[in-house]
Amino acid sequence: MAKILAVDDSASMRQMVSFTLKAAGHTVTDAADGQQALNIAKTQSFDLVLTDVNMPVMDGLTLTKNLRGLPAYRFTPILVLTTEAGMDKKQEGRAAGATGWLVKPFNPDQLLATIKKVLG
Amino acid sequence: MSIDISQFHDVFFEESFEGLDAMEGGLLDLDVGAADVEAINTIFRAAHSIKGGAGTFGFMSVSEFTHVMETMLDEMRNGQREVTGESTNLLLESVDVLREMLTAVQQKTETDDERIAEVRTKLEAMMSGEDNVAEDVTETTSEVAVDDEEDGSASQGWFITFRPHQHLLQTGNDPVRMLRELDSLGDLSVEVLDDKLPPFSDLEPEDSYLAWNLTLKGDIPKEDVVEIFEWVDDDCDLEIVELMSEESDSGSTEEAEKQEAIEPEVVEVDASITSEPEVAISTPEAAPAAVPKAAAKAKAAPAASSIRVGTDKVDSLINLVGELVITQSMLSQIGDNFTPEMLPQLIDGLAQLERNSREMQEGIMRIRMLPISFAFNRFPRLVHDMTDKMGKKVELKLTGEQTELDKTVMEKIGDPLVHLVRNSLDHGLETPEVRLAAGKSETGLLQLKAFHQGGNIVIEIHDDGAGLNEEKILGKAVEKGLVDAEEILSPEKIHDLIFLPGFSTADVVTDVSGRGVGMDVVRKNINSLGGTVEVVSKRGEGSVFTIRLPLTLAIMDGQTIRVADESYIIPLISIIETLEVKTSEIKRVSGKGELYPLRDEYVPVIRMYDVFNLTPKTTDLEEGLLVIVEGEGQKVGLFIDDLLGQQQVVIKSLETNYRKVVGVSGATILGDGTVALILDVPGLMALYREPSLALVVNNDQAA
Amino acid sequence: MTEIQQANDALESITSVDDGAEQYLSFLLADEEYGVEILRVQEIKGWDQVTHIPNSPHFLCGVLNLRGTIVPIVDLRLRFDMPAREYTPTTVVVVLKVEGVTERTVGIVVDGVSDAHNVKPEEIKPTHDFGGSVSTEFIKGLVSLDENMMMILNVDRLLSVEALG
Repeated sequence: MAKILAVDDSASMRQMVSFTLKAAGHTVTDAADGQQALNIAKTQSFDLVLTDVNMPVMDGLTLTKNLRGLPAYRFTPILVLTTEAGMDKKQEGRAAGATGWLVKPFNPDQLLATIKKVLG
Repeated sequence: MSIDISQFHDVFFEESFEGLDAMEGGLLDLDVGAADVEAINTIFRAAHSIKGGAGTFGFMSVSEFTHVMETMLDEMRNGQREVTGESTNLLLESVDVLREMLTAVQQKTETDDERIAEVRTKLEAMMSGEDNVAEDVTETTSEVAVDDEEDGSASQGWFITFRPHQHLLQTGNDPVRMLRELDSLGDLSVEVLDDKLPPFSDLEPEDSYLAWNLTLKGDIPKEDVVEIFEWVDDDCDLEIVELMSEESDSGSTEEAEKQEAIEPEVVEVDASITSEPEVAISTPEAAPAAVPKAAAKAKAAPAASSIRVGTDKVDSLINLVGELVITQSMLSQIGDNFTPEMLPQLIDGLAQLERNSREMQEGIMRIRMLPISFAFNRFPRLVHDMTDKMGKKVELKLTGEQTELDKTVMEKIGDPLVHLVRNSLDHGLETPEVRLAAGKSETGLLQLKAFHQGGNIVIEIHDDGAGLNEEKILGKAVEKGLVDAEEILSPEKIHDLIFLPGFSTADVVTDVSGRGVGMDVVRKNINSLGGTVEVVSKRGEGSVFTIRLPLTLAIMDGQTIRVADESYIIPLISIIETLEVKTSEIKRVSGKGELYPLRDEYVPVIRMYDVFNLTPKTTDLEEGLLVIVEGEGQKVGLFIDDLLGQQQVVIKSLETNYRKVVGVSGATILGDGTVALILDVPGLMALYREPSLALVVNNDQAA
Repeated sequence: MTEIQQANDALESITSVDDGAEQYLSFLLADEEYGVEILRVQEIKGWDQVTHIPNSPHFLCGVLNLRGTIVPIVDLRLRFDMPAREYTPTTVVVVLKVEGVTERTVGIVVDGVSDAHNVKPEEIKPTHDFGGSVSTEFIKGLVSLDENMMMILNVDRLLSVEALG
C-alpha cells in the first residue's frame, strides 16, 4: 500500500517495525542511522518516514530537518519515535519539521493505528 | 491482526548484550575529568536502545532499571553532571546488574531482586543530589487539552472550530485526516469557512487558508477529540465547546458564541514557534559549549606538514592493528579448510573485519584532527584591531574551541572564516551611536561557535548587528541583472543572493571587505571542502552564518550510476532526488536545450553520454533515470541509464598523476580493485554550457 | 609472465658501473627499439583493466589502480600514430616516474620489453630529423646496439601534463 522508510539503530526495533508494516501490506525499507536514511531518500521516494531520535552518525531530528530541505519531502509525513520524555522532545520534533510522533514503547497495533492515521 | 513479537526477542537480547559490552568498554575508557562527549553519547545511546527495546518487548523491570542509568548518562552528556570515578564505577556496577537481569529474562530464571534494588537505590541516591530534570512520565499539555472538564459524564457532542495556520501543510499534516478521524468518532457535520481564502492569483498552493466549523454529535469523551489534533496543536487555532442538548443545529456561529459565554472553555493556541530561526540552527546537541573539559588530544603542528600526535591515539591504533591481525588469521584459517558449515563463522569473521576496518579508519582520521582553536585563535586580535579602526565596540565570544576537525580542512577554512568575521564586523555590527539609537547595548556581540553534529563540524558566526538589508540586496541584484525585477523572492532567497559572484552592497569599497570578491569565493571554498554555508538574518537583530563541514576530507558517500558502458559515482550530498521522466514532459527551448519542469522551476537536462562523448545504450529519456543534482546553488538533471549501489568511497586524486578533468572531481577504488570516477556537478554544468571545454588539446607533433 | 619477471629482475640488478655508464631499459614498439633510463622505471606489469576517462586523448587508455594510486596509462603506439594492437595477457605496461612540476607516475603500453643495457654517455648520438616515426622532440638521443638502433625517449616531455591533455 504505502512505501515506508523506517530508521532505527536497534536491529530488533527495525525488524519488529518492518515485519509489522509488511504484514499490513506496506513496502518497507530500513536504515540504521540518519545518514543512511537520507542517502536512500535521495534516490527513492517514500510516502512516510518513521525515525528514531537517538542514533549514531545522524540523529532523527537532524534527519527530519534534512529531509524537509529536500523538495520531494516537504510535505511527506515524518513521524519521530520518542520516549515518553514529554513536551520538550515533542517541541524539538516540531521545530525540526516532524509531522507527529509515536511514543515508545509501542506495540504493533499502536504502530499500525498511528500509521493508518497518517496515511488514511 | 496480532503479531507475535516474541520472534524478535533473540535479536533484542543479542544486541542488548552487545550494547552492554559497548557501555562497559566505553565507561572504562572514559577519561574522568576530561570526558569525551561523543564517548558519553555512545554509552547513552546504548542504554537508550536497551531501554526502548525492553519496553517494547515487555521487559518492564529491565526497562525501568535502565531508565535510571539512562537519566544519569543523559545528564553527563548534557554537561549537567560531572563524570567522576564514583559515578562511572556505579554505572559499571549497574551494567553488571543489567547483564544479570537480561540473562535471567532470556533464560527464564529468577533475578536477584535484592541486588537490583540495592544498586538502583544507589543510582537514585546519586541522582537526587542535584535538582536535575526528572523525567516526566506523562506531561499534561495545557495547550489544547483542558482536562478539568473531563469527568466522563455523557456528553451530547462537541462544537469544534478548527483553523489551521498557514504553514500547517508543511508539517506533513493534512486537515482532511483530522476531519476523517472526527467523522469516525460520531456524527459529523462540516461547515467550511473560507474567509481567509485569497484571490486565486495570490493563492499559494502550499499554504492552508481554509477553516472549519465542525459539529460532532455523540457521546464522545473530549480527550478523544483533543487527541485527533494532538500533533498540530501548535499549528492551528482550536476551540472545542460542548454541545448543549437543546441545540441540534450545526455550525451556527451565533450559538457558538452563546456557548462561549456559558462555558468559558475557549482554548486558543498561538502560531508562535517559540524559538527564533537562529536558535533552530544551533540544536540542543551543541554539547561542547557546556562540557569544556572535552579533551583536545593532539598538540600543535610546528611545521607545515608534520603533526604531533598524542601517544594514546597511537596506542589505540596499535590495538586496532592487533585486532586486525587476529581477524585476518581467523579468516585465513576458515579459508584453509573451508566447508559450507563454516559459513556462519565466515560471515562473523567478515563482520568483524568490517568493524576493524571502520575503527581503524576512524582512528587514523582522528590523528589528523586538531582543535579548531588553531583557526579561532587569530580572531581576538583581528577583532580588536578592526574594531579599533572602525570605532566600533564588539565583544568576541568563542565557544567550542576544543572541537576537533581535520588538519587540512582547518587550514583551508581559515580564510573563509576571516572573511565572514570581517563581513560581520564591517557590515553587520553597527557603531555605538547607531546601536544606542536602536535601543541596543553599545557593545555588539560577535560569537563564533563550533560543535560536532553527526558526521559534521558546524561553525556558526553570530552577530547581533543590523542584519541583512533585504531591499539593498535585492536592489543590487536587480541592478546587476542577477534577478528579474518582477520576481518575488522570500527573505531567505534574498539572503542567499549575497553568495552570488560579483556581489557587494558596500557603498564604499573599504580595504577590509566590500570588494565584491568575497562571499562567492567563501562559498566556493567551503563547497570544495565538501561543506555548505548558509545565512539566516533578521533585520535589526543580526545574522548567523552557518558553515557545515564533513569531519574527514577523503571519504564521502557516493551513489554509483551507469552511463552507457561506464560506471561513475555521484556524491550523495549533491543529489536531491531521482525521477523517471516522460518525453512529453520535456520542453525544448532553442538556445537552452532540454528543460524538465520540476515543481516551481525548470531544470536543464544534461545527457551524460553527450557531455562525456560516450556511445549511448539508449537516447530515450523514458528508458533511463533523471538524477536531480545541485551544484553551486543551481539544479540540473543528469540523464543516466541506471542507478547502482550506494557506498562510502575513499576519494583519490586523479590530478596527482594525470590532470584535472572537467566534470570529474576525483576517483576511487571499488571493492573489485577497479577505478571509478567521481563526478563533479559544477564541472558537468560547465561542460554542458561550454562543450568546447571537452576538446582535447593534443600537443602531438608526430611527423 | 616470464618476460615481465625477467624485466623486473633486470631492474633489480642495477649495478653501479664505474665507467660512468648508465643503465637503460629497452623495449620494442612496432619493430623499433626504444629506451628509458632504468632509474625512471618504477615497475613493469602486465595489462590490467583500465577505467576510461571521458574526453581524453585517444592515446590515453585510461587509469588504473596501482596499489591504491591512480595511474594513467598511455598507449605508446597510438601516441606515435602507429597502428594499434590489441591488448592481451602478454601486453606489457612500463610504469615510469615522470619529472615535471611534481613527480608523477605514468604507465606506457609497449609491445615487449627487451633488456637492460649499459650505455656510456659518449655512445649517445644526437638526433636529427631522420624521418623516423617519432618526432625528435621526444627523443633524447640514439644508441647503437649491435645491429639495432635504440632511441632514448625523453619521458618528461613525452608524458608531461600538457602532452596528456
